[in-house]
Amino acid sequence: MLTLETIRDRILEAVPDAGVEIISNPGPSGQDSLLVSSGHGLAIALFLRDDPELRFDYCSNVTGVDWLDKTVKEKVIVREDDEDVETQVERVVPGYLEVVYHLYSISKKHGPVVLRLRTADRNEGVELPSLTPVWKSAEFQEREVLDLYGIRFTGHPDPTRLLMWENFEGHPMRKDYCAPDDDEPGDPITARERKEEAS
Amino acid sequence: MIAIPDCSFNTTENRDPAAELLELSLGPQHPSTHGVFRMNAVLDGETVVRLQPVFGYLHRNHEKIAENVSYLASIPYTDRLDYLCSLTNNWAYALSVEKLTGLDVPERAEYIRIILAELTRLQNHTAFLGFLLGDMGAWGTALMYGFRQREKVLDLFESLTGSRMMSNYMRFGGCRCDFPEGWLEQARTVIDEYPEFLDEMEQLLVSNEILISRTQGVGAISPERAINAGLSGPILRATGVDYDIRKVDRYGIYDRFSFRIPIGDQGDTYDRMMMRLLEMRESLKILKAAIDEIPDGPIVNPKAKLRNLRPPEGEAYGRIESPKGELGFYLISDKQPQPYRFRVRPPSLINLTLLEEMSIGHKIADVMVILGSIDIVLGEVDR
Amino acid sequence: MDHQLKKELGKQGIHVTSLDSIYNWARSNSMWPMQFGLACCAIEMIAATMARYDLARFGAEIFRPSPRQSDLMIVAGTVTKKMAPTVVRLYNQMPEPKYVIAMGACAISGGPFRDGYNVVKGIDRYIPVDIYIPGCPPRPEALIDGIMKLQEKIHGQKLTGPDRARHADPDSPGEYAVPGTESRDLLPRFNPCIWSPPARQTDSLEYPESKI
Repeated sequence: MLTLETIRDRILEAVPDAGVEIISNPGPSGQDSLLVSSGHGLAIALFLRDDPELRFDYCSNVTGVDWLDKTVKEKVIVREDDEDVETQVERVVPGYLEVVYHLYSISKKHGPVVLRLRTADRNEGVELPSLTPVWKSAEFQEREVLDLYGIRFTGHPDPTRLLMWENFEGHPMRKDYCAPDDDEPGDPITARERKEEAS
Repeated sequence: MIAIPDCSFNTTENRDPAAELLELSLGPQHPSTHGVFRMNAVLDGETVVRLQPVFGYLHRNHEKIAENVSYLASIPYTDRLDYLCSLTNNWAYALSVEKLTGLDVPERAEYIRIILAELTRLQNHTAFLGFLLGDMGAWGTALMYGFRQREKVLDLFESLTGSRMMSNYMRFGGCRCDFPEGWLEQARTVIDEYPEFLDEMEQLLVSNEILISRTQGVGAISPERAINAGLSGPILRATGVDYDIRKVDRYGIYDRFSFRIPIGDQGDTYDRMMMRLLEMRESLKILKAAIDEIPDGPIVNPKAKLRNLRPPEGEAYGRIESPKGELGFYLISDKQPQPYRFRVRPPSLINLTLLEEMSIGHKIADVMVILGSIDIVLGEVDR
Repeated sequence: MDHQLKKELGKQGIHVTSLDSIYNWARSNSMWPMQFGLACCAIEMIAATMARYDLARFGAEIFRPSPRQSDLMIVAGTVTKKMAPTVVRLYNQMPEPKYVIAMGACAISGGPFRDGYNVVKGIDRYIPVDIYIPGCPPRPEALIDGIMKLQEKIHGQKLTGPDRARHADPDSPGEYAVPGTESRDLLPRFNPCIWSPPARQTDSLEYPESKI
């Protein structure tokens, strides 16, 4: 299989001004991934599927990941009374939701290539292009991501909840979801979540 | 005077198609469905016009629970995903964690894993044949035959893992315990007797006229559609696509065994059923070779850490060829004892993607057979 | 009637018994379970009816595909919040006398999936359960044992008097309220007629009480 760098360059060749970035994986598995700008997601997916050398015709796994807001402590040099003073500043890195696609090629028997799409934030800007028109296998899995993470997929043929009931509110797989209390005072999970809810 | 009913609406020209459509909700519990699965079908007479599966009646929050417990504590939960094949689920999860932590597996443990995975495949396909025949109306006989044979494999599982169904057996970097005394001999007896059962089953099934007319040409799909819809396992190969993860990824030590991959050509229900029958014979080959060749040695990597495992930061996607198809686990670690993201790639759910396409144009009774031939387990569909 | 007289009459071919015992004898030996499985336990339930375990020996092998024809509901598997209304509705549709077996840890208490946001922590919150069979999943022998325990229970039931069986009491409900799937949870969370939350043990509680 071609290296990820070559794939990125080929994508940039085919889809000009698409944002493609390689996210390296520090772990031993070494499965690096391609972060794709959401505006060009569909065009890049089509290219990956139809390019004769890549032929990623099989979208195996689609899943969501929730990245919460992170507080980062930074050392910043501030000029005070004509003197450089180093102070520690806390900065909030806004969280986002992410969809991860694992692509394989059945005709070329290679893979996986991991494709990532990120939303702007976790509240309002949670729209991403649906890749179901490219790979039908994403249909149910994107509905599951919509259900459990609350990402809205534009262009999905049936954007409804997959697992929870229709009038359910909330997205249970999000990291800050609080499960409803089931009148179990000794239950560690609900008690912990109740504590979080109260604070 | 007897009123003669006006039959003009039956002629094709005058027929209003929408007026005669019948909406039928099957499930969440139907006699021949495979668990709490629901389908909303739109029927024209008995013919299916539209069919929409409804999921979530067995959504047990496996992924959410796994993100709150340690890596080791998720192994028993994986047993309950596809509860007919807990050992392959264990393997897929262990494989993903091994990828995440960069852990090797000793040779004997690899052999044990292959023996157990192929036994799991045997008993799953055996039960599948019984259930499929049940869907066709032969409730009883075939299922009795299948479960009678399956019990023999379950005895092996029980004497090794302590449980008939929920094995909780594989560990990161190996297996939990070695075979008890005499286990391999017992396994060899079961394997030697299996072809007899397969012959009997094949005689019962393959040339049966009713079965052929119920299955051939029913629910056929093209290989292009099957690939695009992400089908995997026997139902992908039934369409003629040569793709078996045991051969492609060569995980474990599958490259040491010689076995063939059965390929269908029509992609219909009959092919899907035959894939299972043929696969069982190939599994027997692997099993025989593995039992003959299994070396002595440790069964777990001494470097493996089970309790308080904190894998290095990163992510891994590991997949195996489970009896149902491609079973994958996608794990993200943030150096905490709990995985940050724990995702199961459920073959049963994704194999249902084409259920509507397979069913349209067939009779409602055939939908049961098509659903049976996909071989779903709701624990895995809804998780 | 005293035992000796009963025995004497029996020798003459006349069998004297009470209505209770012949009614219970007949019912307990022809339990028709509903063909109804939810999860993993259902596979063991099927295994129990198959050749090796042969549930038919105990008169309970005729699994009916309709609640209208069955006497026994075996809740075999995890009851999710999405499924619970259906389970209660199926129970309501069964004719009296009816019995419920909670098979496996999930049906009893939620089992290993107790922490899930979509799992009902025991079906006895909504319908009365007669027999609990622990195990995850219980072996087929355990299910057979549970059915035999239920038969024993039926043998002891009375048709009249203050301690009569539930189905013989015109005041006791034959149907239970079906919970609804609301925006966040299943409501009501339990049926107060048959279940109430366990008493709060303040000394074992590590966490501060919620203000909500």
